[in-house]
Amino acid sequence: MTTRIFVPRDAAARAVGADRVAAALESEAKRLGLSIQLVRTGSRGLFWLEPMIEVETPGGRIAFGPVTAKDVPGLFTGGLPLSAAHPLCVGRPEDIPFLKRQTRITFARCGIVDPLSLADYRAHGGYRGLERAKSLGAAGTVEEVVKSGLRGRGGAGFPTGIKWKTVADTTADQKYIVCNADEGDSGTYADRMIMEGDPFLLIEGMTIAGFAVGATKGYVYIRSEYPDAIRVMARAIMLAEAEGLLGAEVKFDIEIRVGAGAYVCGEETSLLESLEGKRGQVRAKPPLPAHKGLFGKPTVINNLISLATVPAILADGAKHYADLGMGRSRGTMPIQLAGNVKHGGLFEAAFGLTLGEIVDDIGGGTASGRPVRAVQVGGPLGAYFPRALFDTPFDYEAFTARDGLVGHGGVVVFDDTVDMAKQARFALEFCAIESCGKCTPCRIGSVRGTETMDKIIRGERTAANLALITDLCQTLKFGSLCALGGFTPYPVMSAINHFPEDFNRPRLSAAAE
Amino acid sequence: MPILHDLQATFDQIPPEAVVFVAEALNLTRAEVHGVVSFYHDFRDKPAGRHVLKLCRAEACQSMNSEDLAHQVLDRLGLEWGGTTPDGRLTVEATYCLGLCACAPSAMLDGEPIARLTPQSLDDIVRDAGR
Ligand SMILES: Cc1cc2nc3c(=O)[nH]c(=O)nc-3n(C[C@H](O)[C@H](O)[C@H](O)COP(=O)(O)O)c2cc1C
Ligand code: SF4
Ligand code: FES
Ligand code: FES
Repeated sequence: MTTRIFVPRDAAARAVGADRVAAALESEAKRLGLSIQLVRTGSRGLFWLEPMIEVETPGGRIAFGPVTAKDVPGLFTGGLPLSAAHPLCVGRPEDIPFLKRQTRITFARCGIVDPLSLADYRAHGGYRGLERAKSLGAAGTVEEVVKSGLRGRGGAGFPTGIKWKTVADTTADQKYIVCNADEGDSGTYADRMIMEGDPFLLIEGMTIAGFAVGATKGYVYIRSEYPDAIRVMARAIMLAEAEGLLGAEVKFDIEIRVGAGAYVCGEETSLLESLEGKRGQVRAKPPLPAHKGLFGKPTVINNLISLATVPAILADGAKHYADLGMGRSRGTMPIQLAGNVKHGGLFEAAFGLTLGEIVDDIGGGTASGRPVRAVQVGGPLGAYFPRALFDTPFDYEAFTARDGLVGHGGVVVFDDTVDMAKQARFALEFCAIESCGKCTPCRIGSVRGTETMDKIIRGERTAANLALITDLCQTLKFGSLCALGGFTPYPVMSAINHFPEDFNRPRLSAAAE
Repeated sequence: MPILHDLQATFDQIPPEAVVFVAEALNLTRAEVHGVVSFYHDFRDKPAGRHVLKLCRAEACQSMNSEDLAHQVLDRLGLEWGGTTPDGRLTVEATYCLGLCACAPSAMLDGEPIARLTPQSLDDIVRDAGR
């Protein structure tokens, strides 16, 4: 009998040795004359356990992690299936508290199925959403997405259904669906995990979007930093075409476009410029992309997670999704724990958990074992939160009320060795590096801001220079066309306001001078 | 953009002569094509070393001391960000997030992801790539 062993091919799992483990499993099984079949999956998202392998047993799958190639011979000592008595065994994956506490809707299949098997995809509920969409009709599908309360997971939190309705209601000879897979926020990897672990989900979501608004052409804009995701996505599109799930028969096809290392190209209008082959400069709105988007045509541009959540909403009904969450944040959010955190990984849960629960209970505190001092939520434009604000619930409005943002769901943890003045400086420097150059405060102000922050770090005229930074942040906030300039004040001012002690410290370097 | 990506993949840079060709083929001015090339961080105007090591400098990696690691490498090789060793073997570039943030600090060597870097593992990588 052949035993199936599952090893992730997710880029993060590969980055910590999953390929070496896979090779070792094959050669060791061969040496022992054992019959195994390796299945390369996506990641379950328990990254501190990666490479995490799973073996099929009569009682279900059993997981082991983190496994190195050196551990492999030891795993085989009891023959097959691998012995649950091995110290690296973590039991049934579904019973690991980190997974057990989740509500997996968008990530229901990720890490379980073979990402490039349409048979697997279908066996695990794939294409049920599209079927239901067809039975509801185009207008009914848009209505269902509206009723689900789904809001854009790219950062702005705009209701997805309303966006679709605008495009559906606009008449044009050509409309487009654009998937924003630029995922530039530090601390985020949800889009990447879906592309590498469940790519047909995105294909189904985009197909539903095309059907709902009357678009026949889709683009996935993937950042160049994700070569693995690009590879898997391209292969999945080919397979879907071969089965007639994309192409002339279904009146919808998808092309991949690759970015070139510009953070600002995640901004929707900049992304459209880039898709048109131009410099990724931000466009003034109006016109909205829904009216005049790609090549001047009505365009739905959505984050990958927004699109990938639609199939489940249709398959199980809007109510099922809308019943989860709090306030105006309905459904689930894939929270991505990253940085200096003990249990780093993807945690999909209904909105409403507090930041403290996320960082302390779920994340288990820092990886270094030192106290948690600051947490940046929502990427490089998101605010730094001190422990005093750990009661903030994960909800769009609650974060806005505290001068922060949920963004794409990234949560980056820092221990007490962090220097918040340096973090504030980095936020300004990042704005300077990535500015598209259209607005003066963002292009020039960020450079001046970085220099001013250097002075503060050196301890020069601290009070006056902090006043300068505060002024600059006001100018950025109100004088920027897009959120790169407009939100850079969030990390800067939150660092200054919540961690003032880091901004008027006698510095070691100053003392040495 | 797909044309520029192909050029870079073939020549490891966007050579100035290529800008002229692309401009003619697409009926654009040279300045327009140059404008696109210079906007994007990925496109180089000079060839890189035989190996390209991209070190992540974004926040999640910072929280795991990526900056100290990076400076250890740059100082030892005597390079600035984006520099290439005199023997042309290794270019070290900055990148801002590789999506490996739960296994920080991270890097990418010739397109292959590497994470949970330690001073020791990074040393080994640099030594192997420099061979
Ligand atoms: C500087 C900047 C970078 C952005 N980067 C991304 C990104 O990488 N991915 C994304 O989905 N949205 C990003 N956004 C948000 C998009 O502009 C847009 O709101 C989103 O694609 C809309 O899709 P959604 O409604 O599904 O969220 C960015 C915005 C700004 C201002
Ligand atoms: S705020 Fe910055 S990135 Fe945004 S449009 Fe203005 S210059 Fe461009
Ligand atoms: S992306 Fe580098 S300047 Fe805009
Ligand atoms: S911040 Fe370094 S990989 Fe994301």
